Amino acid sequence: MPVKTRQGAALERKKFFADPVMVITIALLTVLLALFILYPLAMLLLDSVYVRETKLVLVTDVLAGTADTEIKDGTIQVLNKKGETAKFAVDDLNAAWGYLFAKNGRVLKEGDAIDPANCYVKVQKNQLTLDAFPRIFADYTFNNAFFNTLKLGMITSFGSVIIGLLFAYVDCYVNVRSRTVKKMFDVVSTLPVVSPPFVLSLSMILLFGRGGLITRELLHIYDSNVYGLWGIAIVQTLTFFPVCYMMLKGLLKNIDPSMEEAARNMGAGRMKVFTTVTLPLMLPGLGNAFLVTFIESVADFANPMMIGGSYDTLATTIYLRITGGSYDTNGAAAMAVVLLCITLLLFLIQKYYLEAKTAATLTGKASRARALIDDKSVRVPLTTICSVISAFVIMMYIAIPFGALFKLWGRDYSLSLKWFNQLFRDDGFKAFTDSFMLSLIASPITALLSMIISYLVVKKKFRGKAFIEFVSMLAMAVPGTVLGVGYIRGFAGGVFRTGFMQGIYGTGIILVIVFVVRSLPVGTRSGISALRQIDKSIEESAYDLGAGSAKVFTTVTLPLIKDSFLSGLVTTFVRSITAISAVILLVTPRYLLITCRINEFAEKGAYGVACAYATILILITYAAIVLMNWVIAHFGTSKAVRLKED
Amino acid sequence: MAQKEKKGVRLEHISKIYNDPKTGKEFYAVNDVTLSIEPGSFVTLLGPSGCGKTTTLRMIAGFESPDAGEIYLGDEAINALTPNKRDTAMVFQSYALFPHYNVYDNVAYGLKLRKVPKKEMDERIARILDLVELTGMETRMTNQLSGGQQQRVALARAMVVEPSVLLFDEPLSNLDAKLRVSMRTEIRRIQQTLGITAVYVTHDQAEAMAISDNIIIMNKGVIAQMGSPEEIYHHPKSEFVADFIGEVNFLTGELVGRDGGKCTVRISGHDVTVDNPDGFDVGKTCKLVLRPEAGILADEGALPCRVVLSCFMGAYQNYHVMVGDTLVKLADYCPVGRKVYRVGDTAYLSFREGCVHML
Repeated sequence: MPVKTRQGAALERKKFFADPVMVITIALLTVLLALFILYPLAMLLLDSVYVRETKLVLVTDVLAGTADTEIKDGTIQVLNKKGETAKFAVDDLNAAWGYLFAKNGRVLKEGDAIDPANCYVKVQKNQLTLDAFPRIFADYTFNNAFFNTLKLGMITSFGSVIIGLLFAYVDCYVNVRSRTVKKMFDVVSTLPVVSPPFVLSLSMILLFGRGGLITRELLHIYDSNVYGLWGIAIVQTLTFFPVCYMMLKGLLKNIDPSMEEAARNMGAGRMKVFTTVTLPLMLPGLGNAFLVTFIESVADFANPMMIGGSYDTLATTIYLRITGGSYDTNGAAAMAVVLLCITLLLFLIQKYYLEAKTAATLTGKASRARALIDDKSVRVPLTTICSVISAFVIMMYIAIPFGALFKLWGRDYSLSLKWFNQLFRDDGFKAFTDSFMLSLIASPITALLSMIISYLVVKKKFRGKAFIEFVSMLAMAVPGTVLGVGYIRGFAGGVFRTGFMQGIYGTGIILVIVFVVRSLPVGTRSGISALRQIDKSIEESAYDLGAGSAKVFTTVTLPLIKDSFLSGLVTTFVRSITAISAVILLVTPRYLLITCRINEFAEKGAYGVACAYATILILITYAAIVLMNWVIAHFGTSKAVRLKED
Repeated sequence: MAQKEKKGVRLEHISKIYNDPKTGKEFYAVNDVTLSIEPGSFVTLLGPSGCGKTTTLRMIAGFESPDAGEIYLGDEAINALTPNKRDTAMVFQSYALFPHYNVYDNVAYGLKLRKVPKKEMDERIARILDLVELTGMETRMTNQLSGGQQQRVALARAMVVEPSVLLFDEPLSNLDAKLRVSMRTEIRRIQQTLGITAVYVTHDQAEAMAISDNIIIMNKGVIAQMGSPEEIYHHPKSEFVADFIGEVNFLTGELVGRDGGKCTVRISGHDVTVDNPDGFDVGKTCKLVLRPEAGILADEGALPCRVVLSCFMGAYQNYHVMVGDTLVKLADYCPVGRKVYRVGDTAYLSFREGCVHML
């Protein structure tokens, strides 16, 4: 008996609405995501194509109908000095006191002699236009920044992938005998996670700049210039290659050694095996790592700001457009849209094409351990190169605390605490408490939100799921600067410039929101992969025994992904306290943020104080991570519970 | 326990349709299924994978919604109720124990949700753990238990809430063969002690036979046959059912004559006499369903055959014989003292009285 109308969907809907907690959660999430991620971006887009101008038009022209204004039913909408609008009949304009201007913009007062030939009204003209785009592309600054950004992205991601691949290969294939070298690998892969993004720029200047310890003191080069493309490229490469290293290591671990052994067995040399088996298998993964780094590089704000010199990238140009004198919102919005388009495009390719491809070529686990290469001609050179790079990176980090401890870098290398003293005299304490508190508020919110989102995405079926998943991941592709500009345009005058929620602009709330939005994708991704490991029927059985969605989440799901929750907590804290790109556009003098202070001092050339700030910041983030690892080891789920593989 | 009024389950014209993700075509996972499960009885849904048995069970539990029809628990229509609002409890294939709880907390989960007072909860848990023979294991974590123990925790967790209906989704398929046999006896014993209505899904026909009051055989989304294990084994209504339950041989013949309680069937030129079935006309082709143990080989009889395989299996002698062009598998139980035929021998096949069924 064929079924004519299916009641299944209707029943599912009924069941769905029988769970008010979940319905409200989903509704709230949708609103929050739309409001704090989509809406600012939409405003940005709107800003780039929507021009609003006010101009003075001659009353006589209005009366004659020759003025380029909108007249409806004989009335015209005009503005007063404050920008308030009012409607007047066209023939009545002469008496519209308060809305009449002299040519120089002076408001005409009642009793002033009116000369219709010299009497103006202010009208608003709004129009949708794509003018801004040709305009910025014709603009030298933008053009320059545009190609600079792409060039930098190419160099950085190329370098990062090569070094990352080298490290991953040595880690997985070569028998590294020295314990110290292995330890160094670990340190190098975690350092960039705990450090603020611009620390390497700072130490690059300290070590290789004009007054650099290495360039000036050791090599006696007095005109060394680290500012510019190569400075940024080196710093970015050193910052981002550990991410590639970790990604590629995961891939290499999944390659079944039998495949390579088969190739060796058929007579291929080691190099041949690498180029014909290993490399082709990794190609999608390499592309993936390349794009991820590219997005990071293009979106990076702090390094180009600090070490870029006159080499402007899109992120810094947008920042300067917004904060500089010109205040070209239309142009800045258009630039932000261009930057967003670049990262978004790469993100979409990476997420929907390469990730699927990587998963398709490398499935399953290695059947057994790989026989590590012990051949001296391979082992020694590769290990040496990696050790040198690691040592270099570690040295750059060590330079920071010394930068804070030396009396005057470049002149007087005696130890003192004067920079720390200055730091605490100079609002430093407030900067730390502000940054600390705001990040501390943001972390539980983000961790919880991302766990809820992952739960809904992995375990629940509902309409709008794709929206929630996509938007929460989208934030990953949005450069901080773009988000910052979007927030300014979206919230400065309240939502849709209605004044609604205007109160949050310029307060700590908006900073916390930015922190949450920026960390949400990371937490959600880790939550999703943790939840995919959990057998669906565990939650079903709780549901079946009488628990509603909220109860299932709090008593079963959350305890099972506690590790992911804890790491989300700390990741958000670390990311927030070291964030700069978006918040630097939104922070007001009421709040001092450490990162912004470091940027300020570094710009002024006060490297001692900047290093003192950075040193304490690194200590805080490092402590947070140590604490997290300890908590996970002692109270985490993985210790007590072996999750069932599905 | 089980002071509650027992409830049965009724499904009326239930259908569940999925869309094939590749072709977008409609596919009936369950097609117009109507069945009724008596209060307190143990009913098994049996069938090959993809026959719709698990979907049916999940619809009773509320995880899936039927696209047509109505499900009743007792007299209450429960279509629109969510799983947590239904008075059912399920035992999952993967046990689905909460790995972050110990045995006690796992069993207590449903009781806590029902806000059972602590004292009563302790009593009920003690009683149920005694029943599943896990007393003393309360503080063990679930990953410290063997597969069979985990299974019993899952059983206790489902039963302690005293549901109107217990649902089992292939609960024994992750256990080894020996444990499977002892656990199924256990499940049957406990179900009978408590008198709970139970719906059990399995693809293992021996399990279904051993455990059930009634078996419902499903194929391609529809019910192929419902009945007691004996009924289904001895009187299958279709070739599919006959073939699915136990070993079976089909002998094609022609009904040539009828004589009172008996009738004559001609198989590859030889006439045999079997019990007279209803609804068959003389002159029609028919199929005889012959279980391996229902055939007897002897030196004389109605159907000559040639032995092609003869193999000693311990409990029985296994024969493959050719009747005309048809291969017939036979099992001669307790062959001691009887003649054992060798490959190449010619023998005569006859049927045990009342053991042959006609399709």
